[in-house]
Amino acid sequence: MPREIDSPLFHTDDAGYAGNICSCGKHASQMQMAHGDGHPAAQQHLRRIRSQDPEPLSNDVVEESVLRALFPQAAQRRGFLRAVGANTARAAIASMFPLDALQAMAQEKNGAIEKKDLKIGFIALTCAAPLIMADPLGFYRKQGLNVSLNKTAGWALIRDKMINKEYDASHFLSPMPLAMSIGAGSHPVQMRIATIQNINGQAITLHVKHKDKRNPGQWNGFRFAVPFEYSMHNFLLRYYLAENGLDPDRDVQIRVTPPPEMVANLRAGNIDGFLGPDPFNQRAVYDEVGFIHILSKEIWDGHPCCAFGMSEDFVKQNPNTFAALFRAVLTAAAMARDPANRSLVAKVISPAAYLNQPETVVEQVLTGRFADGLGNVKTVPGRADFDPVPWDSMAVWILSQLKRWGYVKGEIDYKGIAERVLLLTDAKKYMKELGQPVPDGAYRKHMIMGKEFDPAKADAYVNSFAIKRTS
Amino acid sequence: MTPAAQLGWRTGLISLVIFGCLLLVWHLATAPGQSVASAGAGAASAATSAAEDEYAKLMGKGSSSPVKTSGFPGLAQMGQTIRKELAHPFYDNGPNDKGIGIQLGYSLARVGLGFAIAAVVAIPLGFLLGMSPLMQRALNPFIQILKPISPLAWMPLALYTIKDSSISGIFVIFICSVWPMLMNTAFGVASVRRDWLNAAKTLEVKPLRKAFLVILPAAAPTILTGMRISMGIAWLVIVAAEMLVGGTGIGYYVWNEWNNLSLTSVIFAILLIGVTGMLLDLVFARLQKLVTYTE
Repeated sequence: MPREIDSPLFHTDDAGYAGNICSCGKHASQMQMAHGDGHPAAQQHLRRIRSQDPEPLSNDVVEESVLRALFPQAAQRRGFLRAVGANTARAAIASMFPLDALQAMAQEKNGAIEKKDLKIGFIALTCAAPLIMADPLGFYRKQGLNVSLNKTAGWALIRDKMINKEYDASHFLSPMPLAMSIGAGSHPVQMRIATIQNINGQAITLHVKHKDKRNPGQWNGFRFAVPFEYSMHNFLLRYYLAENGLDPDRDVQIRVTPPPEMVANLRAGNIDGFLGPDPFNQRAVYDEVGFIHILSKEIWDGHPCCAFGMSEDFVKQNPNTFAALFRAVLTAAAMARDPANRSLVAKVISPAAYLNQPETVVEQVLTGRFADGLGNVKTVPGRADFDPVPWDSMAVWILSQLKRWGYVKGEIDYKGIAERVLLLTDAKKYMKELGQPVPDGAYRKHMIMGKEFDPAKADAYVNSFAIKRTS
Repeated sequence: MTPAAQLGWRTGLISLVIFGCLLLVWHLATAPGQSVASAGAGAASAATSAAEDEYAKLMGKGSSSPVKTSGFPGLAQMGQTIRKELAHPFYDNGPNDKGIGIQLGYSLARVGLGFAIAAVVAIPLGFLLGMSPLMQRALNPFIQILKPISPLAWMPLALYTIKDSSISGIFVIFICSVWPMLMNTAFGVASVRRDWLNAAKTLEVKPLRKAFLVILPAAAPTILTGMRISMGIAWLVIVAAEMLVGGTGIGYYVWNEWNNLSLTSVIFAILLIGVTGMLLDLVFARLQKLVTYTE
């Protein structure tokens, strides 16, 4: 089947994202991340590096500037070097700062891409719309990347293929890189979230035989499916059930099922419902086996769902490729955000190579005008949205739920993990470069089912719930 | 007409009649339900409001929307799918959308490679076990424990250690096809007639020469039986393995079409898997015939 995409999307001009690509602006931002507002001395050094040639020199300058930033006073610095020796000092610094990456970037003068051929994994969901559409719309090509998108059978496989380095970057459930980085559900492998792919866009879908059981109080003994343990779907479903007085571990059964198999399982009566990603909620309606009970938007309006990420190693080794990927996906996200483009996006991502779904199903999800399976046509414009900003507070909420449900025991360094895994500073920097609006701050308060979540008081939040698994 | 030819003609006829009956049952079981459904939808859309009309359209039922396939597919739909897939078996729309011929090729290549590695390991090892009762007894417990393990149970372990999904698939084929070949080779070698070995001994044939000229021909039919069983298992396993790992292959095709809840494509793939399995079996049956001898 040839691709027949006839849309103005293909004719966007390059003006928006060509040019003004800073080859090594990133160290400035990394330094900022490390030292609050950054030390002028360090930045000055970094600026000087750009005009210098020899590699060793530039490496030394980077190291020295980091050292200077750490120990602003010369006497203190010399004392440290004398006490531990230069090599130990270097190792100690390297363990705290991505020295290699800084050095690699310092050597890069015109931002040449280190790795052109990339393998990116995805699960066939509307959540992945930006990273998928960037392929047929040529956004990757425009950045000089040759990307092969690989449809993958399930989230566990995405995790394994990222750990195996079969994929360079991937579509993730936003809690996955956090869980992987702290070693929950796998041995610890440092993963990073570059952008949030989508916000909202999920739903609780029930079997048509439960049309009269709209009150969660009647759901005792139900069997639900979620796509993965470490998923917003799992946490939102648990949250919703618990707020309605049901213990998600005792009163119902929650099983992990790959999203594409949810509708088939619902039809077979294997499960009573699922909190699943789209287009499968809409597909269940289309196939007349389910109805949409509520949208996930009604639990937490603006919740993150899927993310786009890669390993820390990849970011370190390929800073320019990383930047190019960032620009491609952010460009796609901005396009997907615009409601005027939604029908076109649906057309672009529906074919067999991507979602492999009827176009009308995908279109209903993206435009927010949809049949609910109960005989009504609903209009909910924000049903699915694509806000790429990886707010640190979102990660803190996810970590609070990991703790609440016993996936992680003991103390959690909420902010430390959030700021390490979510590349918010980079996201803002590249959004700014592309002329996209950049919000201020890193932490926001979120409203979830009428309850306020304050990221500064995560532990108090966890303890405030009646149903939880913390001891 | 000779009796043999007459028998062949009759069996062919009976097979055809059974096939016709199956198609008829399929047609009768699927046809009426569908006509009722479409008539119902048509009648409904004739006398409804605009809102209900839009709802029907969103459900894929409106008069202007493309035909939605639901329920068990009928023969006409099957025919359409088969024609469509076979018309362009080798198209390639990137990594996730390839023609059925390419998918089948990937599966055959994986099975071929895994099977070849298994043969390289199993046949010499089988010779060793067959010629040395000591080794046979020593290795027997391991073989007995490893043999009954479902190939797919190896998959997570393979993915974790090999760190490559494609090679893991090949490993799973290897691990499932190695045992029947090993056991059959050992059995075949162990049961070569004493007289022949004694004759070789009196003629002072060197060990390697004895292995190739006496034991191998004598054990060949048994070895090929083992290979035939292995190939059958390998072809069973590849579909399951590819459904699990994804990427390419006929198993991935089935999984991908299942995602789209497209039963016609799944049935088409099932038929194709069956036919390919039969052809593979035929190849080994032919080979077996070639090496069989009558005393």
